[in-house]
Amino acid sequence: DIGDVGLKYHLELVLEDILDNDSTVNCSAEVLYHPGNKNLPPDVQLTIDGELKNTDEADNIFYNRIKSLEKELVAENIPDSHGNMSPEMEPIHLLAWAASGYVIWQNSTENTNFQLAQIKHVKQVKREDEYLEFDYMILLHEMVSQEIIPWQMTVLWHPQHGVQVTQ
Amino acid sequence: HQVLRIKTRNEGEVKKLQVLESLEHLKLDFWINPSTSSLPVDVRIPANSIQAVKAFLESCGIEYSILIEDLQVVLDKEKQDMACGQQRERTRNTFNYGAYHSLDDIYAQLDNLASEFNNIVSKIRIGESYEKRPLYVLKFGTGGSNRPAIWLDAGIHSREWVTQASAIWIAQKIASDYGKDPSVTSLLNKMDIFLLPVANPDGYVFTHTKNRMWRKTRSKNRGSLCIGVDPNRNWDAGFGGPGASSNPCSDSYHGPSANSEVEVRSIVDFIKNHGNIQAFLTLHSYSQLLMYPYGYKCMEPADYAELDTVGKAAASSIRSLYGTTFKVGSICTTIYQASGGSIDWSYDYGIKYSFAFELRDTGRYGFLLPANQIIPTAEETWLGLKTIMEHVRDNPY
Repeated sequence: DIGDVGLKYHLELVLEDILDNDSTVNCSAEVLYHPGNKNLPPDVQLTIDGELKNTDEADNIFYNRIKSLEKELVAENIPDSHGNMSPEMEPIHLLAWAASGYVIWQNSTENTNFQLAQIKHVKQVKREDEYLEFDYMILLHEMVSQEIIPWQMTVLWHPQHGVQVTQ
Repeated sequence: HQVLRIKTRNEGEVKKLQVLESLEHLKLDFWINPSTSSLPVDVRIPANSIQAVKAFLESCGIEYSILIEDLQVVLDKEKQDMACGQQRERTRNTFNYGAYHSLDDIYAQLDNLASEFNNIVSKIRIGESYEKRPLYVLKFGTGGSNRPAIWLDAGIHSREWVTQASAIWIAQKIASDYGKDPSVTSLLNKMDIFLLPVANPDGYVFTHTKNRMWRKTRSKNRGSLCIGVDPNRNWDAGFGGPGASSNPCSDSYHGPSANSEVEVRSIVDFIKNHGNIQAFLTLHSYSQLLMYPYGYKCMEPADYAELDTVGKAAASSIRSLYGTTFKVGSICTTIYQASGGSIDWSYDYGIKYSFAFELRDTGRYGFLLPANQIIPTAEETWLGLKTIMEHVRDNPY
């Protein structure tokens, strides 16, 4: 259900947990595009009607697994050409998905529709503090132009502090 | 060589086996590695380490049993079976429909289907690609001459792998259902089906060898280093209009002129020469959409009401199997304005029942749909196609 007033869109949407189809939450959002200034990302105000599921346990398992690796994690082609992804790479993929959401938001206009197509390469960056840092090279698929756009992003993550895209 | 199955009762025993694993001079080959005491450990042991390993296990009180007494005997038999099996595969059709295949393997399977079901399936060559690969169409029919027919193609955009994979599954489904399924039987008794499983073979090979995300043809563009034309912007329908690019480096480049791509021209020539095509159906991925014209203009086609009804019925059939939802509508209102598309051409040419499918998924895996979703996708898509084909069969025009 979408009503639009000029460049401002009002959206009613339902968020569904991709790992658990029965877990849904209703949201509403106001999105304001700035056609005058192409470099400005759209303003987004989001209201969540309810609570997002608690993921502390899975977060901590992933966090501890990465922290206890002897060598920094390096991987490529997630998923591979046949759509395969090892279970160990699932959280790496989900993290990229969340982070790419930020990149996509920053680069969206009324005429774009981006999806994360693939992680070409991911490299863990050693850190002294408690954060995990990953350097991703991803491919974004832009539906309207059908282009595949390579994008580099540096992602910080911590179970309590969430996701941050620093570059 | 022997293969032993070792049953550990506790973590201590697992740790002992991990020590064994680290002794490289024994040249042990673990088929199941020691990790937890709840799983057995299978290990292949070369002849001259057998004594040592058994002595170790016995002294630690670790239980084991002999899984394979002599591995060479098993291997010899397997080689024998495979040699016979290869002959059998050609006749018994053990093609794995739940996996993605190379162009060569798909083409080999087309031959298999044509020979296994030679009473209703024949293979036709309708032309060749830019790099001179054959364009093969399977014809499904029960005789007659120039019967009304249905056209179905897949893989015009090479990176959309689930479409070529679904097409070959659908081919074997149609062939094996004839004589068993009343609907398919009555359909083929009245009409022919022409199925082009790989409309863009050059692109398909390129996605296997060089770039999994390649979409276009592989033709050279005059005056540019960039290769390829978007074959679904190259049809003579609003050619060169909005929604297609004039830049050869773009993934939606329309090409120098309509039908410049031999892959497109071959289909156009076939359809025109046949003269009695009643439906034009094409498979793409991804987004889960079922669309009818127009793409090049945001105006309803004259047959909008009927096409929308049929489309919704097909989407309903698709949903009935696994709950997969498809949005139905015209190209322009459902995705975007796009000129030079195949179903716009076919519709304006007079083929009323023109539909384009965008198969699974909606973006989670996108083009990289896991192989374990091929068959479910093909199954549900077939139900949608069947609904449309039944309507075409029952509504000649």
